[in-house]
Amino acid sequence: MPSADTKDVAAHAMHLVDYRDAATIQHVPTRNGFGEGLIEAGNRNKNVVAICADLAESTRMEGFKKAHPEQYIEIGVAEQLLVAMAGGLAAAGKTPWIASYAMFNPGRSWEQVRTIMALNESNVKIAGAHAGVSVGPDGATHQAIEDIAIMRVIPHMMVVVPCDSVQTKKATIALSEKFGPAYLRFARDKSAIVTTEETPFEIGKAQTFRDGNDVAIVACGILLYNALVAAEELAREDGIECRVVNNHTVKPMDEGAIDAAARECGAIVTVEEHQVHAGMGSRVAEIVAQHHPVPIEFVGVQDQFGQSGEPTELIEHYGMGTAAIKAAARKAYKRKS
Amino acid sequence: MQSLTPKRLTELQVKANDVRQGIIEALAAAGSGHSAGSLDMADVFTALYGHIMRHDPQKPEWADRDRLLLSCGHIAPVRYSAMAHFGYFPVEELLTLRKFGSRLQGHPERVKLPALETTSGPLGEGLAQGVGMALAAKLDKKDWRVYVVTSDAEHQCGLHWEAMMTAGKFHLDNLTCIIDRNFIQIDGSTEDIMPLEPLGDKYRAFNWEVIECDGNDIASIVEAAKKAAATVGKPQVIVARTVPGKGVSYMEGDYTWHGKPPNKQQAGEALHELQAARERILANA
Repeated sequence: MPSADTKDVAAHAMHLVDYRDAATIQHVPTRNGFGEGLIEAGNRNKNVVAICADLAESTRMEGFKKAHPEQYIEIGVAEQLLVAMAGGLAAAGKTPWIASYAMFNPGRSWEQVRTIMALNESNVKIAGAHAGVSVGPDGATHQAIEDIAIMRVIPHMMVVVPCDSVQTKKATIALSEKFGPAYLRFARDKSAIVTTEETPFEIGKAQTFRDGNDVAIVACGILLYNALVAAEELAREDGIECRVVNNHTVKPMDEGAIDAAARECGAIVTVEEHQVHAGMGSRVAEIVAQHHPVPIEFVGVQDQFGQSGEPTELIEHYGMGTAAIKAAARKAYKRKS
Repeated sequence: MQSLTPKRLTELQVKANDVRQGIIEALAAAGSGHSAGSLDMADVFTALYGHIMRHDPQKPEWADRDRLLLSCGHIAPVRYSAMAHFGYFPVEELLTLRKFGSRLQGHPERVKLPALETTSGPLGEGLAQGVGMALAAKLDKKDWRVYVVTSDAEHQCGLHWEAMMTAGKFHLDNLTCIIDRNFIQIDGSTEDIMPLEPLGDKYRAFNWEVIECDGNDIASIVEAAKKAAATVGKPQVIVARTVPGKGVSYMEGDYTWHGKPPNKQQAGEALHELQAARERILANA
C-alpha cells in the first residue's frame, strides 16, 4: 500500500492493493478467476479434464472448452452424473474439474460426493459457482447458502473459498496440483479485487490482511473486502483496531491462525456469505471453544432463505454489509471483559 | 475372446460351486448380508474372473487390466468369494466378511481393497463411474474394457439413466453393463414394485447393443460377453436372467432371501446341497 505506516505491515507483506481507496478498486467476478485458473491448470497437465452440466458460459468453463477442446466433456443437466462420472475418470488417472451452480453441485449430488469422491478418496474437484445470495435476481432456489456446511462435514474433503478473482485463479491451480477431493466455492457477481499476483496463496494457510489486536474479523469469500472496509471505519470512528484474517480454506482450517486470533485479540467476528449455522464461522467457534474460548459474533445469513434482488441490496438486507460487520465487531469488543 | 473348451467349462462350473460355498460360509459367519443376489451372480463372476476379463490377481493395479465395477454393492459376498477363489486373497479371509477391521466391508470399499475399483452400495451409481472410466480409456487410446454389474432394481434410480444416455452419446463400445435380472428386490417383485419391462427396449432406445443370456449358464454368459466385446460403436448391455438364490433350493425364487443370511443350520443344509452338486459336475465331466 502506498501510505505505509505500522498498521499496514500485513497489507505490505501480503502485497495487497490499496483497498482504502475505493475509487481505484477493480471489480471482477470470482468466477472469472476460476476460468483463467482452469485454462492454466489444463496447460500444465493434459490429464486435467473439465465436465460441465450445461453451464459453460456462466461457470466460466467456456474458456477451457476453447483452449482444451479434447479435454472438455459435455453431459447436459445431470449433476449426480457429473460427480459419479468424474469419479470414474479420476480412477483412471484424470484430474476432473466439474462445474455447475453450487446449489445443484454439491446441492443435488451430496451422496455421490460423499461416497464416490470422499469415502473413495478420489481426485475430483468441484467448482461451485453462483454461491451465496449475491447470485441476485434468480432468487432463493438458486442461492446456495448451505454448501459450506454440507461439504465441510465430509472427511477428506478440502473446502476453499477464495476472496477475489485473483485468488480464485491461484486456488484453482493449487487444487489442481494437490491430490484429493476438493470443493472450490465462488460467486457470480463482480466483487472487489484486494490481492495481487504477488500475494502468496497456500491451501490451508490463513492470511492476515490487516493487523490489529482489539477484535479479529475472520472472513472468507467476497465479503473479505467488506471486512477490510469495516475495519478501517472502526479504527477511524471508534479507535478499535481489527485484525482481518482471510480464512480462505474452510477445510482443513488453519487452526493455528484461529487460535492466535483468539489469544491475541480476545474477541472474534466471523464473516461469510452463508448460513451462520454450520458454516466457516461455526468451525472457527469449534476451534476457539476447544483451545481458548473468547466472545464470537457471527455475520452471515441467520437461518433463513434468500430472495430476488440486486446483490448489494441482498448482502445488506441479510446483514452482511459493512455496517453489520461493524456492529458485530463493536458487540464482540464490548463482550471482552 | 476365445470360446470355452468343454474341459474349461467344467473347471469353471466347479469354480462357481466353490464361489457359492464361499458365499454361504461368509454370510453365515457374518450373521447378516444379502444371500439371493450373491448366489445368483456366482456364474457371472466366475465367468468374468475365469475367462472374460484381462486381469492378474498378483497385479491388481495393473494399468491395462479390464475394470470390473459392482454397482449393486450389497451382493459383495459374490465378488469377494470370486476374488478369493481366483487368487486375490486367501479363501479363509472370507470369514472376516462384515467384521471389525476386515478388508471385506459390508459394502465394497476401494480404499480398503483397491482391486474393487470403487466404493459402492448406494444404488444406481456404478454405471456412471464406468462411463467415466471407459471415456478415460478412449481419451488415452487404451484398449482395456469396463464391465459394470448392476442389479435390475437399481434401474429405478435416476442416475443410472443419466449414465445410459451418456454412454450412448460417447459410443462407448469398451463398456459392458451386465444386469442381474432376477426380478426381485427387497420389498417384492420388480414388476410389482416399479415395472422395468421392456428393459431391453429401453436400452435399445438409448443406443445400446442389447444381448440376452442365461445368467446361470457359464457357456451362455461367455457367448454373450464375446458378442459384447465384438460390438463396435455402441455400449452393450447383457441382460443376464438369473434365479435368485441359485444353487440353494430353499432360497431359489424367494425374494425374502434378498437381504438376509442363512443361520448355521440353514448354512449346513446349503453347503450339503452344493457339495452334492459339485460331485455331480465332476462325475458328469
